[in-house]
This record gives sequence, structure tokens and C-alpha cells, in this order.
Amino acid sequence: MKLPLRELHRAESSLARFLYELSDRHRAEHEVHHVARDLAEWSREHVRDLAEAGNRYGLSLRAGAPASSGPLAPARRKVSELTGRRPEPGLLLLADLRRLHRRTAGVSLDWELLAQGAQAVKDRDLLELAQRDHPQTLRQLKWSNAMLKTLSPQVLATLSA
Amino acid sequence: MADAITEPWGGRTPYGPGGDWPVRVDVQLADGVRAEDVDDWVPTAAVLHSNGDGLDIAVKDGRMVGVRGRADDRVNHGRLDPKDRFGWQAGASPDRLTMPLVREGGELVEATWDEAMSRVVGRSKELLDERGPGSLGFYTSGQLFAEEYYTLAAIGHGAIGTNHMDGNTRLCTATAAAALKESFGCDGQPASYTDVDHADVIALFGHNVAETQSVLWTRMLDRLAGPNPPALLCVDPRTTPVARAATVHLAPLPGTNVALMNGLLHEIIRNDQVDHDYIERHTVGYPELVRQVADATPESVADVCGVPPSKIREAARLLDGASRLLSTVLQGFYQSHQATAAAVQVNNLQLIRGMLGKPGAGVLQMNGQPTAQNTRECGADGDLTGFRNWANDEHVAELARLWNLDPLQIPHYAPPTHLMQMLRYAENGSIRFLWVSATNPAVSLPELARVRSILAQDRLFLVVQDVFRTETTELADVVLPAAMWGEKTGTFTNADRTVHFSGKAVEPPGEAKPDLDIFLDYARRMDFRDRDGNPFPSWNDPESAFEAWKAASAGRPCDYTGLTYAKLRATGGIQWPCNEEHPDGTERLYADGKFFAQPDYCESYGRDLLTGAPREPDEYRAMNPDGKAMIRPAEYLRPHEPPDEDHPFALITGRTLYHFHTRTKTARAPELHRAEPEVWVEMSEKDARAQGIDEGGLAEITTARGRVRARVRLRDIRDGVLFLPFHYGYWDTDGTPDRAANELTPTDWDPASKQPIFKTGAAAIRRAEP
Repeated sequence: MKLPLRELHRAESSLARFLYELSDRHRAEHEVHHVARDLAEWSREHVRDLAEAGNRYGLSLRAGAPASSGPLAPARRKVSELTGRRPEPGLLLLADLRRLHRRTAGVSLDWELLAQGAQAVKDRDLLELAQRDHPQTLRQLKWSNAMLKTLSPQVLATLSA
Repeated sequence: MADAITEPWGGRTPYGPGGDWPVRVDVQLADGVRAEDVDDWVPTAAVLHSNGDGLDIAVKDGRMVGVRGRADDRVNHGRLDPKDRFGWQAGASPDRLTMPLVREGGELVEATWDEAMSRVVGRSKELLDERGPGSLGFYTSGQLFAEEYYTLAAIGHGAIGTNHMDGNTRLCTATAAAALKESFGCDGQPASYTDVDHADVIALFGHNVAETQSVLWTRMLDRLAGPNPPALLCVDPRTTPVARAATVHLAPLPGTNVALMNGLLHEIIRNDQVDHDYIERHTVGYPELVRQVADATPESVADVCGVPPSKIREAARLLDGASRLLSTVLQGFYQSHQATAAAVQVNNLQLIRGMLGKPGAGVLQMNGQPTAQNTRECGADGDLTGFRNWANDEHVAELARLWNLDPLQIPHYAPPTHLMQMLRYAENGSIRFLWVSATNPAVSLPELARVRSILAQDRLFLVVQDVFRTETTELADVVLPAAMWGEKTGTFTNADRTVHFSGKAVEPPGEAKPDLDIFLDYARRMDFRDRDGNPFPSWNDPESAFEAWKAASAGRPCDYTGLTYAKLRATGGIQWPCNEEHPDGTERLYADGKFFAQPDYCESYGRDLLTGAPREPDEYRAMNPDGKAMIRPAEYLRPHEPPDEDHPFALITGRTLYHFHTRTKTARAPELHRAEPEVWVEMSEKDARAQGIDEGGLAEITTARGRVRARVRLRDIRDGVLFLPFHYGYWDTDGTPDRAANELTPTDWDPASKQPIFKTGAAAIRRAEP
């Protein structure tokens, strides 16, 4: 089970960072900005859970996931504020939400693999972990889909005008 | 007679459980006018708060000269709120808008209706041609009539076909609607105010009823003064009049309502004080709730909420022991962090205790604005007319048949655009036309500096329709003078579904016109047509608009088909649904455990309470195939802006007894203005001492957004919390800046209800020099 644990740990860490990036890059899109940070918290908890589970398999995975989008965070926010009056960042937002959706779908698949493996090796704790955390990944996935569906008509109709 | 300002709840008329609330008729007439001098009493109801108290306007020589509570009204049994006693005087203010204004060389100048409307119509047509319907948005009020909202909805969603339409109920009660949809599949209050007469426990969650709905509080006070009074639970960080009367008062830290509710639910489930039979027969989702709150012990949530575990247990015991439990919810939950999730937990409480649909057992997810319910049911806040479900194609097709329009003309590709997102679209330039009616976003919305900068843009064509010049009209391109309450005819519905008729008592001043006439005039000038080429909307006056609205409501939960103007004029209010089956209206919804939640009928498939993502139809169908009530758990999330070193206080804002919506009307009533002419800030004595601040001293409150200066009142409020009343703006100042509470509030909203968060922000306070 080392392989799926390590892979999922990497994917969740990277998802957390990407959510913070999205949040900072689209600070002027207030709902995206705030909810992305709430969702990043879930991924950070998943990383903690996975690091703990990894211990039992002799893996030493980092329990701490990124809590921000890194040193460029202030710059990303500033750019978002400076371009907040223009329509073009709308397209960038759609592109970012698409990337987020695909990445989250990958994480969701990895949780499924982990759960399948846990059943095969009869690791009850790991199965419970997957059952507890995976639903949050699915909620993250639905969120990016919903935001795309809600925001795209205005962006697409406006830019074609 | 008691002074309505110093004794706002008047004298007691005690009564016992199950008794009739005694009548007490309040009358307020202008100086020198006696009741026998009055020429005419015109029936209407309160429009300065959501209680919906029935009253008559006294008319003498063509002028309003006072008001009188209606003894036969089911809501108030004759009583008047202080705002209603005095607020009517605003209509006769000399500074009413009496002519349209248009912007010329940067200044607003008087114009004719033709000139003003040709500008509105010209810009509408240009934008429709060049950029399409998505470039137009409409933002309306919680103070118009059903006929006007329905007309606006038909024009916006139907004739123009824009998805961008909302009401200022978004700031007040969007969460009430969202919470009801989440739990019951549909908007509409389950309970009735008469439940106060029967309840043995009344739990008020973030609901300062003493100030927001003073007549309802009078009803509660009369129960408290009578035999076998109910016990009260109050959840509020401030020691309000409700908290002082309460058996148990919980004062959670702002932004922690979900944690507190989970703690209460945990205790009730642990004590097994749940109605297993009710849960089994009428609900889905209970096992998920049990799992969610399993770890939410009073000890584990105590630190989060800043409430001792013993108090949480005490409160749970109160709720446990109730045999007729009435819960009410208002802005303390709706305008705070995790608004919908918290409000839904109150519904869960009622459901697991089986407290629904019988006398004294119910939940009131209150409204803030008096006609908020109409904005929602008529579809002027973005919801589709008649509580139709935008995600249900059959509902959209039905509406299209009703309007005789192409279904594709009615946007339903995504949830209706809420106000805060509309502002964002105006900010990035994709909305170029915004029509604001009877509301004042330049004072009422969060982060005012941002709001002003958006509304002041050259590329945005701003139409403002109101009765006075406001902070918002000053940013407009065209200002349209509207008639107000008492100067036009219509109907409206209060928080407990009571529909009142509101008659025209006097003529509007100058060239001011009823909002209905303005909307219809726009439609005719735009030459909107239905599929057969007939003028759309097809109605032309209040009564024909009401009949059209009735047809739109037929068969829906808010069924008005049993109502007529004549019937409403003759009664003290009737609760919908009112139809052939229920000719006298319906006191309580869901009395038989049947809900409006069937997949083909429900108004909404719901949303994720935390992310706000809409639930897919198939998902809903699988979860709730039989249309039961839905128990929806939620995990606590930390607030987005917790106090820190620079901003160590939690800032909450709110409504007060003498004020209503940015004081445009209430500050023009001398008694109400004198009662509270200036903004103030409340803080605890301990905090004040630590900051070197004195009672009555001037203080400066700052957040990351801005600054407000206010006199300090030392009050019984929990340490670490500041309270600012949010009604004050700038129209009645001599240019004094930094007065509106919303200079300080963040641009952040609940993802499920899209209601802005006015009650969870971080602030600093220091002594200021005059």
C-alpha cells in the first residue's frame, strides 16, 4: 500500500497548494477566493491523515501541507486586484477552474484506488480513512464543476460581444 | 398611554397557554387630530419591519394624519410597533422626489418622464443589441408589493431574459429561504405566529425579536406575564432584552454558530430525546447527523464558542424537556459565518424532536424586510416565479407557457445570479446596466468603498427608483421618483405567510408614480411582446397584476388562487396557501408530515451547505425519492477573518428598534430620529478599560476596509466583541465621513445562501479625538 499512499499524499499536498494559488490569483472573485481556502483546509487534513497512515507502513510522509500559495502569494493577490476591473481574467479563471477540476478528479480516483487496496489487504483503519476523507474530495470536485457552470455563461457571452 | 419610544412594548395584557392573545388597539394621530375627525381609515399593514402588523391609515383632507392597529388582525391584535406609529410621517417630507432626474454634465437635473424613460429605454436597447441580456441587471427591494415584484420578474426573466436579478432580501433573509429549501425542499414558513400562544419553550437563535419585531415580542412578553409562561432560550453575543428575559442565555463568539448547534444536537441525541417515530416516517438523513455530531461534545465545542460546557448542557436540557418547542432564527445566524449551515441545524433540531406542524411546535426562519417573502415567491430575487425550480426543465416550460414565451428565453442554465455576483459583473464590466428599485446599496452593502467605486463607473448605466434622494441616487444616471406605501395599491406577505391588502390612502407628490406603473411603462416603451405578438406583460394595473400573479401561483406551495382584493380588504390577513381546498388560508405547513419536497415538485434540489455547489437532480431523486424532510448535517469551519494582533475584536453589526433600512424613511419621522440620531458602538466595560475608553467618548473603529467614528456605549456584550448599528449613512450629515458600519464589513458571503456576512469580521478600536 506504500505506492498509493505516497501518490495520494503527493496529490493532496499539491491540490492544497493549487487551491491556495487559485484563491490568491482570483482574489477579486470573492466566492472563489474564500471557498478555495476552506477547501484547501480539507486537503491539508487529508495530508495529515495520510502521513499518519503512512507511518504504519513505514513511510515517513510530511504531515504538514502548504498553508498558502507560497512566497508569491502577495504578488498573485495584487495582480488580481489590479486586473479586477477587466473582463480578461474571466477566461483565466475558467482555465484555472478546469485545471482544478481535472486535478481533483485525479485525487478522487486515487482515493478509490486506496480504498480498493485497503479492502484487499483488509486494513480496516485505512478503509475508514478513505471513507471519511474521500467524500470531501468529491465535494471539492462538485464545487469546481458548479463554479464553472455558474460563471462560464457570463464570461463566454461577454467576450464574444 | 405609554410613550412608544421609551416603552416600545407598551402595557402587558397577560394570557396563558392556548389562550387568545388579548386585543390592545394602539392609535397614533397627528397633534390636534381626533379619531372622529378622520375622514377615512384605509387598510394596510406594517412596511417598516417584517412582522406584518395590520393597521389602518387615517386620512383627513387628503393627507395621512395617523395610524391605528387593526383589532381583527391575526398578526398584531391591534398593536403597533414604534416605527409604524411614527414612520408614516416620512411620506409628507418636503424633500420627496417629485420629478425624474437625469445626469447632465455630471449633475442630476430635473427632467420629464419622457426624457428620463427615453434614456433608460435607449440604453437598454443598445445593450441588448450589442452585448445581450447578460449585460443588464435588476436589483430590487424588500419593500414593494407582490404585484410589482411579479411584474419585475416577468420583465427581467421573461421579456429581457437576463439571469441577473435579485432583491435586497439577499442581505436579510436569503438564508431563511435557503435553509427552508435545504430542509423542506421549498421556501415558506412552516410555523405561524400563533405558535407563541401555545409553546412551552421558545428558542431564539440570533433573533433579537424585541427590536426587530417588537409586536411579536409583545406577544411573548404577554405570555411571560401570564400563567404557565414559556421558558426562553436566547443565543446572542449581546445581552439584548431577549437575553435578559431568557431562562438560558448563550453568548457564543461571532462565527461559531454551527459549532454551538452541533454541541446542542449532540446532547439531545446523547440523551435520546429524539422522536424516532417521526424521524423514521417523515425524514431522511438522520444517521448522517448522528455521525456528524458524535464528537461535538459540550467540552469540545466550548472553547470554540467561548461558552462553558455546563451552559450548553443546560440549554440542551431546556430543549429536551419541551413538549411544544418553537424556534425562531434571524440575522445573528443569517449574517454570520456558515449562515445556512447554522440555520439548517435549527431545522434539524425541530425535525429530530418531531416538533413541526402542531400548535406551539414549529420553526420560524424569520424575514428581515417586510415584503421579502414576495420578492422570493414572485421571483424578483432570482428564484423562479411561484417557487419554481430553475433546475427542473418542466417548471421552466410551465412558466414559459404561462407567459407565452419561448422556454429558451427564460435563463435557467445556472442558478440565478445573486446580488454580490452582479456587483462583481458590474465591476469587471460585463454588466453595463443596473436598475435599482427602493433600496440603497451605497449604504447597505458590505465594503462600501468598493460598492461606491463600482456604482460610480462611467461604463455602468445606473437607474435608481426611490422616494427620496439617497446615497445611491447620487451615483445614478437616471433617478425615477416613486410613490410609496399608502400612495398606491397592492398586497404583501409577512414572515408567517400572512397576506395583507394595502390600499391607496393619498396621492403621491408631484410626478411620483407607483413602482408598478414605472415597470409597466418601461415594458410598453420597450415594446416587449409575447409569442403571439401581444404586449407583455399583459396586465396593466394592480388588480390585473394580482390576478396574473394568482394564476402563476396556482398549484404551487404559495397558492394565492383563493384570495381576492375584496376578501383581503375585509379580513385581518390570510396565510397562503389559500385556494379551493383551503379557502381561509393555512395556519401551519406540514401539519400532516407531508412536505413540498417531491423531486418533481420541490423548489430546489439543494446545495452543499459548505461549498454551495448545487445538487444534481438525479442525486436529489436518489437521496429523497419520497419527498420527505431532509436532515442536513454540517461541519464547523473556522471564520474567514478571525481577530488577530492588529484587529483583536470581532465586529458584529445589526438592526435596532428605531431604524429601518438606511433610515431613508425612519430618520424623517422626528420621534424616531430623535430616539437615536447618531451611530454608536457597544463594547464591554472590561474591554473599554483595557483600551482607555470611556462611556460616551468618541472612538475610532477600523478594519482592513475602512474606518468609522462613533460614541462608545458600555454594554453587557461579551468581551472581545464590538457592535455597530448598520443603518447610518451620509445623507443627513454635514459631510461627516466614516459613519456607515458597512465601511468596515468584508466582501464575503455564505456560499449556500449567498448572503453577505455582516457579523464576522476583525476590527480594532481606539480612543479618537473629536
